[in-house]
Amino acid sequence: MAETRIAQEPFGPGPQQDAVFGPEHEPETEWMELNMGPQHPSTHGVLRVRLKLDGERVRDADPDVGYLHTGFEKSFEDKTYTQGITFSDRMDYLAPPINNVGFVSAVEKLMEIDVPLRAQAIRVMMMELARIASHELWLGTAGLDLGVYSGFFYAWRDRELVLDMNEAYSGVRMMTSFTRVGGVAWDLPDGWTDQLQKFIDVMPGRIDDFESMLTANPIWKQRLSGVGVLSSRDAIEAGVTGPMLRASGVDYDVRKAFPYSGYEDYDFEVPLGNAGDCYDRYVVRVAEMRQSLRILQQALDNLPGGPWLTSNRKVALPPRSELSKSMEAVIHQFRLVSEGFKGPVGDVYAFVESPRGELGFYLVSDGANKPYRMKVRPPSFCNLQPLKRLVQGVLVADVIAIMGSMDFILGDVDR
Amino acid sequence: MSADALVRRIGDRFPGALQESSDFRGDLSIVITPEAVVEVARYLKEEEGFDYFLYATAVDWPARTPRFTVVWEVRSLANKTRVRIKTTATMPDPHAPSLTSVWPAANWHERETWDLLGIKFDGHPDLRRLLMPQSWEGHPLRKDYVSFGEPVIFSDQKLEGLEPDAIRG
Repeated sequence: MAETRIAQEPFGPGPQQDAVFGPEHEPETEWMELNMGPQHPSTHGVLRVRLKLDGERVRDADPDVGYLHTGFEKSFEDKTYTQGITFSDRMDYLAPPINNVGFVSAVEKLMEIDVPLRAQAIRVMMMELARIASHELWLGTAGLDLGVYSGFFYAWRDRELVLDMNEAYSGVRMMTSFTRVGGVAWDLPDGWTDQLQKFIDVMPGRIDDFESMLTANPIWKQRLSGVGVLSSRDAIEAGVTGPMLRASGVDYDVRKAFPYSGYEDYDFEVPLGNAGDCYDRYVVRVAEMRQSLRILQQALDNLPGGPWLTSNRKVALPPRSELSKSMEAVIHQFRLVSEGFKGPVGDVYAFVESPRGELGFYLVSDGANKPYRMKVRPPSFCNLQPLKRLVQGVLVADVIAIMGSMDFILGDVDR
Repeated sequence: MSADALVRRIGDRFPGALQESSDFRGDLSIVITPEAVVEVARYLKEEEGFDYFLYATAVDWPARTPRFTVVWEVRSLANKTRVRIKTTATMPDPHAPSLTSVWPAANWHERETWDLLGIKFDGHPDLRRLLMPQSWEGHPLRKDYVSFGEPVIFSDQKLEGLEPDAIRG
């Protein structure tokens, strides 16, 4: 049983178009083609997978994505750099702060803007909160797919704490849009750090609760161990990223490998798996939540003072108080609001570690006040790509477990 | 491993293939002639350790000839370096070599590029549209494709006298 579950052959290009469901061989019973999705609860969004079944065994699969394609890359070309921030959080709607930071870091790289330390720390806190919320949501929904109904409610309760903090800080529970080129839009409100401290205090116990429910649970282990195995070589070859890559034992986390936003100053570990199966992906994500709490505590303890937005008036709005005193500030305000700022000609690639892996923005500028081309490298897209190979030979029920373990967000896949 | 040294090695190894290289904000880009892209890519993967594929895309410059810049970016996980491979594709039927034989992970990225920008990747095993419906006409990320004013056509209607290109730009 175990051997058939593991994709033996290395990842190669898929079969020919006219033989999407090749290679042909005689079925034990008869071929059945099954549409999983687009409205299947375990696809978490709108994903359609055409499965070719031989009884309960999956022989081939053809994921059909694009149902949530909204043309964000095209929309970016019509909006100034500041306006574009609001598109970024709508792509991966479960970790909006991380998308916000990813987008502005591409613009900051293009413009060579330095971000004040306080803004960096605020970004780190918002990003790590988002990571915890996203992993919580994943725990809840992936568990739900496999029949862990109670876990869903616990996960939702804990995620709610993060959404409350998002709301207290940015006024919005999910689409925070809190970054600006050169910093963040607002300073932290009064009482927010106390709220965060309470969160940091309460969360370890709640993760323990979760782990006591699942980590050693024989049914959970049976459903996940040895299912959807990716060796480290295959994981690199398939281009997967984030917890999926690390569960296969590849030590690659953007926060460690290419630190941004001051991550080099935080003391944390990158949890790794070794089996590369669904269970290891679960273990890695839970361990990452604990590491995120460590980062949050350090960020809170060493929160720097000072400005939260760059004083470079070419890209950042002047403070409100200056407007009544300085003509120059009024001019800057007017220019920035009416036409934004122009970037130099060139192309840059900036990337951050989202809960799903490396989220990259390839920004091409022709010298105008908006991107000439904005290509997003979405981690969910890269993680979903090997689905075809991973499900070959498994049982239909395992497809649910494998898709659950990938933690893809269709908004991020389709953009 | 410095970027300059890498560019020099590529230039020595593939004379005539390297058209241009640039280092902008620490991002190394090399422009390769279309014929040599696959060879250079294989060299980068097998001998320079660029094992991890990041993304593929294209940029549309309607006023330029050749009109499209096709872009692939890859990383070496061990050396922590990145390189952006660029080549060009000309209208009216833009083609570029597929790098799926070197980095299988390029599969969906190239399909997306075909779908949204209309670059045909020669040697791609499964070049179908990815995000748009299979019956879609036009390539939305091209600059001459208007992003608003789409007519809604129901399945039982026809827009008479209008070519699809005229409708969608």
